[in-house]
Amino acid sequence: MTVTTEAASQRAAGVPLLQADDVTMRFGGLTAVNKVSMTVNEGEILGLIGPNGAGKTTFFNCLTGLYKPTEGQVRLSGVALAPKPRAVVKAGMARTFQNIRLFANMTALENVMVGRYCRTSSGAITSILHGPKFRREEEETRVRAQELLDFVGLGDSTEHLARNMPYGNQRRLEIARALATDPKLVLLDEPTAGMNPLETRQASDLIFKIRDSGLAVVVIEHDMRFIFNLCDRVLCLVRGETLIVGTPNEVQSDPRVIEAYIGTGIDDVDEPDASGREGASEAHDEQDTP
Amino acid sequence: MMKILTLPQAVVAKHGAKAWPLGLAGAGLLIVGSLLSWSYDAQVLDDLSISLNPGGLQIMAIGFAALAIILLLARKGPLTPLGQWTHTAKGLHAVADWTLIFMVLVVAGITSEAGGLVNVAPGAWISLLGAVVLFAASRLVVHRKYRDPAEAALPGWIEILVIVVVMAAVLFGTAYALNLTDAWEFVLFLVFVSGMVVAASGAGLLSWLGHVTTRRKRVLILAAFAVAFCFPLTQGGSDANMSIASQVLVFAAAAMGLNIVVGLAGLLDLGYIAFLGSGAYVGATLSTSGFATIGWKPPFIVVILVAACFSGTLGLIIGAPTLRVSGDYLAIVTLAFGEIFRLTMFNLDGNNGPDLTHGPNGIPAIPDLAFGSFNFGDTHYLLGIPLARFSNYYFLLLILLAFVILVFHRLNTSRIGRGWVAIREDEKAAEAMGVNVFGLKILAFVTGAFLAGMAGAIKAHQDVSVTPDQYIFLESAFLLAAIVLGGMGTIVGVLVGSVILKLLPEKLRFFSDYRLMMFGLLLVLMMRFRPEGLVANRRRQLEFHEEDEELAVRVEGDVAEGVMEV
Repeated sequence: MTVTTEAASQRAAGVPLLQADDVTMRFGGLTAVNKVSMTVNEGEILGLIGPNGAGKTTFFNCLTGLYKPTEGQVRLSGVALAPKPRAVVKAGMARTFQNIRLFANMTALENVMVGRYCRTSSGAITSILHGPKFRREEEETRVRAQELLDFVGLGDSTEHLARNMPYGNQRRLEIARALATDPKLVLLDEPTAGMNPLETRQASDLIFKIRDSGLAVVVIEHDMRFIFNLCDRVLCLVRGETLIVGTPNEVQSDPRVIEAYIGTGIDDVDEPDASGREGASEAHDEQDTP
Repeated sequence: MMKILTLPQAVVAKHGAKAWPLGLAGAGLLIVGSLLSWSYDAQVLDDLSISLNPGGLQIMAIGFAALAIILLLARKGPLTPLGQWTHTAKGLHAVADWTLIFMVLVVAGITSEAGGLVNVAPGAWISLLGAVVLFAASRLVVHRKYRDPAEAALPGWIEILVIVVVMAAVLFGTAYALNLTDAWEFVLFLVFVSGMVVAASGAGLLSWLGHVTTRRKRVLILAAFAVAFCFPLTQGGSDANMSIASQVLVFAAAAMGLNIVVGLAGLLDLGYIAFLGSGAYVGATLSTSGFATIGWKPPFIVVILVAACFSGTLGLIIGAPTLRVSGDYLAIVTLAFGEIFRLTMFNLDGNNGPDLTHGPNGIPAIPDLAFGSFNFGDTHYLLGIPLARFSNYYFLLLILLAFVILVFHRLNTSRIGRGWVAIREDEKAAEAMGVNVFGLKILAFVTGAFLAGMAGAIKAHQDVSVTPDQYIFLESAFLLAAIVLGGMGTIVGVLVGSVILKLLPEKLRFFSDYRLMMFGLLLVLMMRFRPEGLVANRRRQLEFHEEDEELAVRVEGDVAEGVMEV
């Protein structure tokens, strides 16, 4: 079923950063992700698309260690990752969530500072003694967090509580928090869900900006126009399996992708919803499907 | 308070102008009545029977009247500049409410103690009438716009002076309260204090004070410790109150340690007293008591560290397997651990196992601490003021409490503290951001146990003997209640909660049969009306009021000012 076209393999000629090999995730009898392999190169934006229930978010969870894959291996810069979120973050892969999961009662700055946790090392005793190392590190954390807020365009909202921020800014804040972990690769789970066209454009500008700063990005999205504008390559998942990997043009024109989205009749409705996404947005997605 | 008793708009509009003279008249009556005799019986309520020689309660009534007059004059008269900054109407409402409650309770107190209403002298009736008039006047007062007290800029020395005066008031109030032997008087004093605090908060003075203390944190901390340090000097060598005070300090230090576990990391620990107990047992066993079962007698500084490390290790042993599961299980396991600890101490008596603790008899005759030639059992003199045994322990415990608060505060404001908040907010997201969730939970648990072990080692010497029945579940529950009542995750709140929970039972002994019922009722009411505790941590307050957008906006304003941590 997996088709890797000629052009796509040329694109993949860069240095591979993330390699997922035959990742499989089963929940009892349900195979949510079946032998999915994916390579992300340095400085690349890869789109992950697929109808609802295709297993995109489950695949993300496998990559970031929230789920322990039943089979398969994930390697970052050639080093195999332990399926533990902390090890994954430390190795240099950070993510955002489909349904925003900020620390609602913390300020924007504090949220980003939490992201710095894994890159700082002051322990309990250092903190209690309040020595120069502690103060230096705390100051560095604050400065870096402020930089990142400026970077995503929230420089003025430092002191705002996350829960009081408008929806679009919450999305940005989540990205800033992920960036605070000094990742080589960020995984964005539907960064434009629920956004209006203007916000969507700003989001794609931000993702380009992140790419230009030297990071690789993987984006799950239902908004096809957004994905095909943004990505260097696109991977389409259907029913937990890779349908096609290729350039936006290739994927866009592949009849099977269209079929998977619009369906031929009976096939597309009986898939259990593994990614937990509500059906309301599906109609909207179909409109965007070429 | 008494919001039901508001007059219809029409009445207020028609008679509003009469509020000011009526209020002054009421306050005047209150003062005149207080200068007269309140009771024919000189024996009750610390003698209120002599005219023109007001007793304690009469001075409190005059205090209420003075506050009412100040607020009235701030509306119209020489104090109008003050009126711009204070919510005079709300303050007057509170003052009037509490004055009325106070006077009604005074009459009730005289009646019950002297055995009949006939013992109430005309002075008390005049004061009661004054309170009623004041109450009526306060209902006619209309709300006025006032400026945000946060913007009030006074010279620095005035702000510092205010902090010092407030602290001094706290010192003398506490000393006064501790010396009250009569339960009615004590309750009436509490009513007076509550009334003053509610009125000050209604008038906006408390929020102003809050801003001042944020601006002058160092002065505040210094003043607080100076006051705590001076407290034994006000007792004139008497050890009765110092015994209570040092018990309050042990309790407060333990509660503050538990506050790290419950308030910061959000872990429910129902067996915390076991860590205090294990510290106490280590302290007792390594002391020079003739009943101690281990021959090693290191100096106390070593003992306290051994006790702390022992408790910390116990914390690690209990925490490591259980902290991976969610909250409810931890509560059950710690509850069981507390009982296991008590039963183990009960059974290590030589019959059921090695004779380590002498079972139910415990380890008695633990000698007083001695640092060099300074023996804690002796009376020492400072500036000619005698300081007896419990005062010495009081000072030591004060240092311990300061240390515990330091640990609490510094952890709270470090990356570790941020990690704890993140875990409380969304454990999954925290984990996905690389926060060491399990490690931070263990850290909180072990730190809490470690600090309790230190407090326990001192407590063993202060109590002279250590027995299993000092470390029952009820004590864990009280520690937790102090935190919940005062305000989880706050320093001031937990100190207030500890004082309330430890001091009130000592002073209200006639209540002792109903003590638990009272606390139960108090906690239920708190959970219903103020789940975040008396002194709320801003973030906690938000966690309890997810829907309250107005509060969220207000907190944001405070964040900008830097008062997130109380």
